[in-house]
Amino acid sequence: MLQVYGIELRSRLFLGTSRYPSPAVLSEAVKASRAQVVTVSLRRESSGERAGQGFWSIIRELGVRVLPNTAGCHSVKEAVTTAHMAREVFGTSWIKLEVIGEDDTLQPDVFGLVEAARILAADGFEVFPYTTEDLVAADKLLAAGCRVLMPWGAPIGSGRGLNNLFGLKALRAHFPEVPLVIDAGIGVPSHAAQAMELGFDAVLINTAVAQAADPVRMAAAFAQAVEAGSAGRLAGPMEPRDLAVPSTPVIGTAFLK
Amino acid sequence: MKILVNGAWRDTSAVDLAAALHEMGYGEAVVATALNGEFVPAGSRPAARLADGDRIEVLAPMQGG
Repeated sequence: MLQVYGIELRSRLFLGTSRYPSPAVLSEAVKASRAQVVTVSLRRESSGERAGQGFWSIIRELGVRVLPNTAGCHSVKEAVTTAHMAREVFGTSWIKLEVIGEDDTLQPDVFGLVEAARILAADGFEVFPYTTEDLVAADKLLAAGCRVLMPWGAPIGSGRGLNNLFGLKALRAHFPEVPLVIDAGIGVPSHAAQAMELGFDAVLINTAVAQAADPVRMAAAFAQAVEAGSAGRLAGPMEPRDLAVPSTPVIGTAFLK
Repeated sequence: MKILVNGAWRDTSAVDLAAALHEMGYGEAVVATALNGEFVPAGSRPAARLADGDRIEVLAPMQGG
């Protein structure tokens, strides 16, 4: 069972709640995914609106744990302030820390990320930093107090899968005891299965489910893929080789020339 | 006086953040607040005095990835 910040999770699929065609589809997709953790955010709301309140009651009815993010923050100060606001609204110390450094790729500013993580961890937050596969950044995030890392697979919303297999494998190998959650870039269930086969602890999916033609069916497909990949990893995959090896025994082959 | 709420200027006679939220009709809504970029916990809103030109952010739960 996956353990993050002392919480045991049966499901290794985290689901984002953004960009679904309707609140009803979101709700059904969360159920179909069997996710126990969903990501949420904070946005400006005028007093006349009640969209945020409605959304929050839907999430509460689902009985899942929420992981608020600091999406859209480009500075340490913005991210830290947003984290404090999220802790009050959502009643959790968990924070998916995003400090965005580049607008085209939405890649993390790992320098700001480490600084913000240090401030928040010291203030009692349980930080899930959205980072890259960079080993040095990972090391510094752990030193800053993070007990989970969320490396990207590919840029957010790109659906390109695991872009840097070498780097991600190196990250896994360097930090065998740290829960690693692939966050961002997963496009299809096979990407999620691949992440699990490589030994990652969980995946966070949003756009790939929300923007599928049938999000509920896709959520179920991802749940199966994550379970299959995870079981495959535990079963001990064979080593690839360059030359063929007959799978049917050659001893006793008929001589028919 | 004028205050900037979620990026829009408005007139207010409220002297503190709690009164301003009440005046704007947030009622019992689940929101988090910041004054001039600093987080103000719900319990501290009555003590957060407002001045002309103050910037207030009122944030609510929203979908996120």
